[in-house]
Amino acid sequence: MLWPKRLLTIAFKGLLKNRMRSLLTTLGVIIGVASVIVMVGIGAGAQADVESQISSLGSNMIMVFPGASRHGGASGGAGSYNRLTLDDVDAIREEAVLLSAVSGAVRTGAQVVGGTGDWNTSVMGVSPEYPSIRAWTIQSGEFFDERAVRSRAKVAVLGATVVDELFPNDDPVGQQIRINKTPFRVVGTLKAKGASSFGRDEDDTILVPVTTGLYRLSGGQYINMMFASARSLDESDAAIEEITGILRREHRLNPGEDDDFRIRSQAEFIEMATETQQVMTLLLGAVAAVSLIVGGIGIMNIMLVSVTERTREIGIRLAVGARSSDILIQFLTESVVLSLLGGTIGVALAYVLTTILNSAVGMTPLVNPGIVASAFGFAAAIGVFFGYYPARKAAMLNPIDALRYE
Amino acid sequence: MMSGRVIETRKATKHYVMGDLVVKALRGVDLTVTRGEFVAIMGASGSGKSTLLNVIGCLDEPTSGTYLLDGVDTSHFTRDEYAEVRNQQIGFVFQTFNLLPRTTALDNVELPLFYDRSGRFPDPKAAAVASLERVGLGDRMHHDPSELSGGERQRVALARALVNNPSIILADEPTGNLDSRTSVDVMSVFQELNEQGITILLVTHEPEIAQYAKRIVVMRDGIIVSDRQVWDRRSAARDLESMPSADEPVELEAQRE
Repeated sequence: MLWPKRLLTIAFKGLLKNRMRSLLTTLGVIIGVASVIVMVGIGAGAQADVESQISSLGSNMIMVFPGASRHGGASGGAGSYNRLTLDDVDAIREEAVLLSAVSGAVRTGAQVVGGTGDWNTSVMGVSPEYPSIRAWTIQSGEFFDERAVRSRAKVAVLGATVVDELFPNDDPVGQQIRINKTPFRVVGTLKAKGASSFGRDEDDTILVPVTTGLYRLSGGQYINMMFASARSLDESDAAIEEITGILRREHRLNPGEDDDFRIRSQAEFIEMATETQQVMTLLLGAVAAVSLIVGGIGIMNIMLVSVTERTREIGIRLAVGARSSDILIQFLTESVVLSLLGGTIGVALAYVLTTILNSAVGMTPLVNPGIVASAFGFAAAIGVFFGYYPARKAAMLNPIDALRYE
Repeated sequence: MMSGRVIETRKATKHYVMGDLVVKALRGVDLTVTRGEFVAIMGASGSGKSTLLNVIGCLDEPTSGTYLLDGVDTSHFTRDEYAEVRNQQIGFVFQTFNLLPRTTALDNVELPLFYDRSGRFPDPKAAAVASLERVGLGDRMHHDPSELSGGERQRVALARALVNNPSIILADEPTGNLDSRTSVDVMSVFQELNEQGITILLVTHEPEIAQYAKRIVVMRDGIIVSDRQVWDRRSAARDLESMPSADEPVELEAQRE
């Protein structure tokens, strides 16, 4: 084995003698490495966007809906037999240990008059815990408390859209509004949340105490759904188990009988969305990896041409005493240097591209150091892999044949 | 070992298989060369003289027979051992110079030392400079081969052959691509090196070039047919003095090829 310094000198001299060709050869690797980093970065960025969007809804949120009842095996459709009550909510609130908060919810459509406007919106009866479950913050005033729930107080908290419609100019807190002709006092407003990921305007809502909503506005005994918050995302599944157990007992369901409620958790949505995104990222990465491999084949191509073109040179080197391994390592070093050079320039190019994407298009690609490292490592591996065949071809040449080569 | 046989082939044969045809390039060659000799190997093309030189230079293996280099039997050498011998004991000069293009004379001369594993040359650059000075090219060492004349290129090749202090220099038609004056000039360098004790084997088909050697071996059809000492040996340096120099007008007839 020769000194590494000598080998590098030989390889660099060889590459520098063919500057243009070396650069063009590395172009394939440059584009390959840069596209792997950028594509995976775009995928990861989109994934993070979706995740943050979903967690803005309250990332540990669990929703309980009334289930379909079964009559002789025929399903009556979701919600056809409404069996969620405020007692269920209380039972869960008292017994569940994996939940940080729980709230019943009664939704009614209502005509609201107040301030300067007249607006049809949805009125939700909820518990004081609701804002914390939904990760919703108060813009002004305050949220109603447990006392208001107990007394079925006629107080309301307005969403941003409703504020815009009814009180475009003044502060609504303390003002009177009429919901379906019943007078309510506005105690607070909610911070704007924007459209939900399903496209509905989340701010077009009024929140009232759940009891008020249930007894004064909808006039029923069943609530539409329950919102709960698991203590952590990891405990989400266990919390669902817990809720299921409590509700089955409350509803006196026999073992083997189907649940008469359905539970959905935010964790499921996140999982689904991230799965989709991961498939996207994988696809983008795979396409980019193909270009990296094509770049590697480019290197092999050029190295094969180079071996043929430099047959005499190889013959001369062999004649003055180079061993086969010296020739092998020389050509291998050349291709590895080429691919590492391509890798380095590719990483730099990826940096430039992500910066441009960020500032010009507003995309936020997430560049993962692991991806950069593996793209770079992949480039080096490609150099060895695709450089080996031509290098071996060169090393196995017979000195006399190589010297006589025209 | 000092005064001993540097080269000794015994019944060396070399057969090339070309399709169905077996070409017998060497058909039993016995040749012994002692240290300090200057041997010219002559013969028509196809007589096997270049093949013999390649076998002696460890560029090629004999098909049968033995070849002893400095008393060491090389018949069971591996590819790497052959490379080692070429690197340490032998210097080659070729008809077509075989210099690396776009590489300065100095880098070309330094090339064998790149592959030296003996550690004999702590300063390869200095050794290369010394070698170039030895062949009278100390002032042209930073030129590429394309900027040098034929004679100068062959001197660079000689410097490269010398740089590893070989015991033998093997030259295959070293004057084949040179005009007659440059040929004599290059031969004067060979003679000078031989005076300094280096063994030289030179393949040529020009009788006047062979006259500069001390011994002439003639080959035909793969065997040696004549082996004699040169009685009327010429001195290239003296011949050079009597030749017209390059810038003197040359008669048209002399340029006829």
